[in-house]
Amino acid sequence: MKPVILWSDALLLLMLAVLALTFWRLRREEALRAPWRQVMRGRMGAVSGVLLLAFAVIGLLDSLHYVERLPDTEPGQPAQYGGEVRSALDALLTPLREGVEKTYSAPFATHLYVKQAMTRADGVDVRDYPRLAHGGAHLADPASEFWPDVSRRALAGLAGGVLLWLPLWLAFGRARAGRPASPGRRAAWATLLCVMLTAGLLVALAPHYHVLGTDKVGQDVLYLSLKSIRTGLLIGTLTTLIMLPFALTLGIAAGYFGGRVDDLIQYLYTTLNSIPGVLLIAAAVLVVQVQIETHPDWFDTAAARGDARLLALCGILGLTGWTGLARLLRGEVLKLRELEFVQAARAFGVRHTRILARHLLPNVMHLVLIALVIDFSGLVLAEAVLSYVGVGVDPGMNSFGNMINGARLELAREPVVWWQLAAAFVFLFTLVLAANLFADSVREALDPRGRRR
Amino acid sequence: MPRRWVFIPFVLLLAACSGPINSPYAPGEPAGRTLFTAFSERPKHLDPARSYSEDQYQFVANIYEPPLQYHYLKRPYQLVPLTAAAMPTVRYYDAAGRALPADAPSAAIALSEYEIRIRPGILYQPHPAFALRADGSPRYLPIDARELARMRRFSDFRELGTRELTADDYVYQIRRLANPRAQSPILGLMAEHIVGLRELAAELTEAVKDLPRDAYVDVAAPAFAGAYVVDRHTYRVRVRGKYPQFMYWLAMPFFAPMPPEAERFYRQPGMAERNFSLDWQPVGTGPFYLAENDPNRVMRLRRNPHFRDERYPDAGEPGDAAAGLLADAGRPLPLVDEVVFTLEKENVPYWNKFLQGYYDASGISSDSFDQAIRVGADGQPDLTPAMRERGILLSTAARPTLWYLGFNMADPVLGGLSERARKLRQAIAIAVDYDEFISIFTNGRGERAHGPIPPGIFGHRAGADGINPVVFTWDAARGEARRRDLGEARRLLADAGYPNGRDAASGRPLTLYFDTMASGPEAKSRLDWYRKQFAKLDIQLVVRSTDYNRFQDKIQKGNAQMFEWGWNADYPDPENFLFLLYGPNAKLRGQGENASNYANPEFDRLFERMKDMDNGPERQALIDRMVAIVRDDAPWVFAFHPRSFGLRHGWVANVKPNQMANNALKYRRVDPAARVAYQARWNRPVLWPLAVSAVLLAAAIAPAATAYRRRQRAGVRERAGA
Amino acid sequence: MLDYILRRILYAFPILLGVNLLTFTLFFMVNTPDDMARIHLGAKHVTQEAIDTWKREHGYDKPLFYNADAGGVARLSETLFVDKSLRLFLFDFGAADDGRDIAREIQTRMWPSLAIALPTFVVGLLCYLSFALLLAFFRGTALDTGGVVLCVALMSISGLFYVIAGQYLMGKLWNWFPISGYQPGWAAWPFLVMPVIVGLVAGIGDSTRFYRALFLEEIGKDYVRTARAKGLSEPRVLFRHVLGNAMIPILTGVVVVIPRLFLGSLIIESFFGIPGLGSYTIDAIQAQDFAIVRSMVFLGSVLYIIGLVLTDLSYTLVDPRVRLE
Repeated sequence: MKPVILWSDALLLLMLAVLALTFWRLRREEALRAPWRQVMRGRMGAVSGVLLLAFAVIGLLDSLHYVERLPDTEPGQPAQYGGEVRSALDALLTPLREGVEKTYSAPFATHLYVKQAMTRADGVDVRDYPRLAHGGAHLADPASEFWPDVSRRALAGLAGGVLLWLPLWLAFGRARAGRPASPGRRAAWATLLCVMLTAGLLVALAPHYHVLGTDKVGQDVLYLSLKSIRTGLLIGTLTTLIMLPFALTLGIAAGYFGGRVDDLIQYLYTTLNSIPGVLLIAAAVLVVQVQIETHPDWFDTAAARGDARLLALCGILGLTGWTGLARLLRGEVLKLRELEFVQAARAFGVRHTRILARHLLPNVMHLVLIALVIDFSGLVLAEAVLSYVGVGVDPGMNSFGNMINGARLELAREPVVWWQLAAAFVFLFTLVLAANLFADSVREALDPRGRRR
Repeated sequence: MPRRWVFIPFVLLLAACSGPINSPYAPGEPAGRTLFTAFSERPKHLDPARSYSEDQYQFVANIYEPPLQYHYLKRPYQLVPLTAAAMPTVRYYDAAGRALPADAPSAAIALSEYEIRIRPGILYQPHPAFALRADGSPRYLPIDARELARMRRFSDFRELGTRELTADDYVYQIRRLANPRAQSPILGLMAEHIVGLRELAAELTEAVKDLPRDAYVDVAAPAFAGAYVVDRHTYRVRVRGKYPQFMYWLAMPFFAPMPPEAERFYRQPGMAERNFSLDWQPVGTGPFYLAENDPNRVMRLRRNPHFRDERYPDAGEPGDAAAGLLADAGRPLPLVDEVVFTLEKENVPYWNKFLQGYYDASGISSDSFDQAIRVGADGQPDLTPAMRERGILLSTAARPTLWYLGFNMADPVLGGLSERARKLRQAIAIAVDYDEFISIFTNGRGERAHGPIPPGIFGHRAGADGINPVVFTWDAARGEARRRDLGEARRLLADAGYPNGRDAASGRPLTLYFDTMASGPEAKSRLDWYRKQFAKLDIQLVVRSTDYNRFQDKIQKGNAQMFEWGWNADYPDPENFLFLLYGPNAKLRGQGENASNYANPEFDRLFERMKDMDNGPERQALIDRMVAIVRDDAPWVFAFHPRSFGLRHGWVANVKPNQMANNALKYRRVDPAARVAYQARWNRPVLWPLAVSAVLLAAAIAPAATAYRRRQRAGVRERAGA
Repeated sequence: MLDYILRRILYAFPILLGVNLLTFTLFFMVNTPDDMARIHLGAKHVTQEAIDTWKREHGYDKPLFYNADAGGVARLSETLFVDKSLRLFLFDFGAADDGRDIAREIQTRMWPSLAIALPTFVVGLLCYLSFALLLAFFRGTALDTGGVVLCVALMSISGLFYVIAGQYLMGKLWNWFPISGYQPGWAAWPFLVMPVIVGLVAGIGDSTRFYRALFLEEIGKDYVRTARAKGLSEPRVLFRHVLGNAMIPILTGVVVVIPRLFLGSLIIESFFGIPGLGSYTIDAIQAQDFAIVRSMVFLGSVLYIIGLVLTDLSYTLVDPRVRLE
């Protein structure tokens, strides 16, 4: 086994490192901690925060990539590695990943959804629904054993979930002196319990049944959904990461320096804004695609190719998306610039860079944070639409957009194949809803009077 | 609140309309002998010199008439005269210009001359280009600029005329193929065959250089030996050497007549920017003319009032009479007055509207297959009860098409004729299980391919003689071919130097690259499937899906390693498939269609002998040898020959799939009364959701009202308190 | 005022030039003229000769920005950029790569786009504003909380789901409306209802919540309290004072998009088979028809700038204190 760090992994880790560092540095500053404490004290903020954390853990696990070492053919040769890049999540989900059926099967099905020609034991050719190779394969007689088996496993899973949750709660969760039980805290632990219960259920059932059915080529839909989470998270976070430097420098510079600089920056963002967004993104994505395709030697694996396209998409969304925040920052800095402490600093001849860094930046940080959380959900949704238009992530990559796009046709089938669309809906909805609620709480805590669309 | 607004007109509408309210047509449209069908993409070119794809042919072939056509009913496909009075006669000449007997060896033949005599008295559709003034001069040529400025639609040309079809129009069209402005896709190919066409093209290119873009180019001016008029109704075409396939080209719209005055008419200044051009408004002699061309929405063909007396064929294959295909024998064509093509880009709405009765016929997408077709225990497809209940009918036909997985023979790993590379290719051919592909992605609507020639084309062999021994063995007990097992593939792979998918020398895993232009929702599952196939041999497959351009570019430059592609027959002759493997046609060297860059000297030698032979045992023997060579060299993995499945409603008659003929609309008959009855029955709106939403709305309003009252009171108190 | 408009128009030129430069560079990086030729020549028997002819016929045989072969000014003017991009300033869109006139196409296609976008916009605005007023009226009650939660839930659903579900239910299952398609004139209306409903529902969560926040902010201000103290009824306060004073932020978001309504909606038009500018654009993207996309980008930019000017003008209408200088 050899770890592989894709570019997006690296950026993600970098982002996490920066976040961790900031938290560690600022852990003692009460003024900064208070709003966050307030977020987690509210019920909404706590619930959505825990949910987002669960998604983040899945996404993070899916970002630890490696290639497997192939068995040595002859001694003495250098170690060889497979070409398929897997992630820690893949390793955890091995039974799901490998339990591939021939084609569609419904959730919890034991038989295929489509009739196939097959030869019965007595040598007669018939067309019937064959048993699945993996889903419910351990049952000798599905008709009678199915319900007892499922309920037994489900109970075990639920119990496991509770067992996992209980010690945590006992250790950290109970109300104690000096740690009063706020509604947020209770809600957070309840949510965690729900997450644990769901996880327990899935751990108990998913290896033996296709809990969310299988898709056209027989892949487990639960697996596809879980893998899609990383794409959504990356688009939501990396885009803002790429956007931030532009928005910060240009927005603050425009507001602080004014005059020519302001004119130039305003010109830049009016120009970018005036181009219909989808068209600009489409053009840029096509450019990147051509670059990727004309240089196949840059990417040694399919994962690296898909990753490059994903990053490019984030980059493009970032490059076109900085204008909103920049305008907001400009307006805020215009106000701040006239305030006494800035004027005083300027009068004392403090250098511009110092004023910007010490006085202005900290005072607009709350706007940046709010923009970050608010943009997140919009970006996750944008990915789906862009994939539909054909300028989204690589068609080979797992993403909600690609799932919806593929599932769209399945609705025309009769009997209808609904589970892939439903799975994409539920996962995407939960993720975006949690993000939206979290964003609301953050905004309320950081900027109670401000509003931003 | 918005809901209420929506419902009011909705309910009004229910009361006002008699027909189904979900009809996608204008009120009162589905009346009379009209056929309703769809087009998926706006046809880019309707100029017969230029159009070369199915979506364009479905219009062009019903409007323009080349001299020959395929017999609608007879199989194997047979050419019969269309506007020609009889089948063309051919005379051979040697290099010195002496006439040769018909059985002369092809090596001796330097020139073939085809003489085509067309029927007198055929008239063109009504068209402004033919309109004449009282003094006999053309009405709209030249057109007054002010008059043209007032023309917004083509129907604004009020005065129409017609004239008789002459041999000159056919010769004019052949000359048009050389016009650089016409950009005919077959110019390169035809320049190889028709005498003097290349020189004509060169001369015209020189001539048009300084002309404005839309100017008229007089293609009739330069000398041209390739085609000439003998008399008003006879013309001759001179073809280099012996080229029997030329007869098939004479059934394609490229060789349809074009009246010079029409081109002159369209090439006047101001015409093109109003979309008045040959690409937009065709001028033909066929059974239909294009009455409305709004490619964003609808294209409408109407019966050509001047259409000559053509009759429904009175003979066909055995079984056609029983199938009711001869019920209209001898009746004058066309049997419908109008054909409405509606733009329908996606499968799903098309299929749903077909079920609602708004389209008369439909293909079956992979997603609607299970709903429509039930495959019996004997493997024979049949309609499901749901379809039968709706009176839907099914017809199937083998398509003269081959899908294949091509290897680039110029590739250092996979290519070349070395034993090692050949074994590698053979191993892959066994491992990539296209039987599974057919069943998953086409719902079994395909026949596994054992060689390059599809069924229905001379040279194809079925049964035990026809199997590809490299990939299959013959199971005599069951009477079918059986795929060799994976063990053999792994052995071949090991022999090729890659035991367990690892390079024996370096231990490096074997990684192959697969290029495809597959995109869209279907693509992902298909690409996953390919990955799975190669994983069976522990070969790592890297899929590079690209757009059409990049794909073409890669193939052209020989940068692809493996790719999937298909070929549709231009004409029902084995030459049209085997030439895809002919060395000199390699993409990399020439500009041919041999995308694999396959070159085997023996194959090439055999091909040169086979290509201009008449069908017969001798030709079959040559073809068998060529096919055997290709199977062994395995430059392609033969995937499958698709089978077309067509559904139609019970009110459409005279449907027999004809994969070569595109002018079948004139044979169709419809029963409008049955259609109206069906549409009324299957489109009743479901109203309970309306009731449910009304209840929900009421449920939402009630608490709001109480809350409102409470708030009012509270407000009063608040103010009173303040 | 006139002076102001004139200045804005002059200011528009550098912006449009920037837009042109950007799109031109981007698209020629994607698509060399050879690529374009290959797309339009079809699949079979394509030779380099045919490609060269196509390029010549469509005027793609010149260099991009600088023509070394020409002399004097022609070095800069005899280029593709001048030919294909700067002509747009005269609203001369030229022909698409398939030979059809783009201006004519835009003229015919903008009506179906408007037929969808305008009702969606007007009805939508009315609905969203009244919902928001309702929520603001019921602020602090369970109705308000429930409404906000519903809004957040609705805006967390991808727009694609609305379209898919709407078409499936109303078109396929219930036979209420044609599944897709369009007819010109008055016959168009059955085709419009479904896309408009879908468009309305898709926007409901986001907009209602936004307007509610605006209203709540106004409600918190002193003058509202004064108005109430004067004895005005709550609905009157909301309609007269709160709505009136929230007009400026509402207009800021709303007026800009009005000119852009011409361009239609990409997703809805392509799902429902509406032959408008949105589906035109999406087809052009997928077919990589550079000429069309370039024209649409230009048109979009022009409309955006018009929208900005209109916004400023609208401020003077609702608030006499605003002066344009």
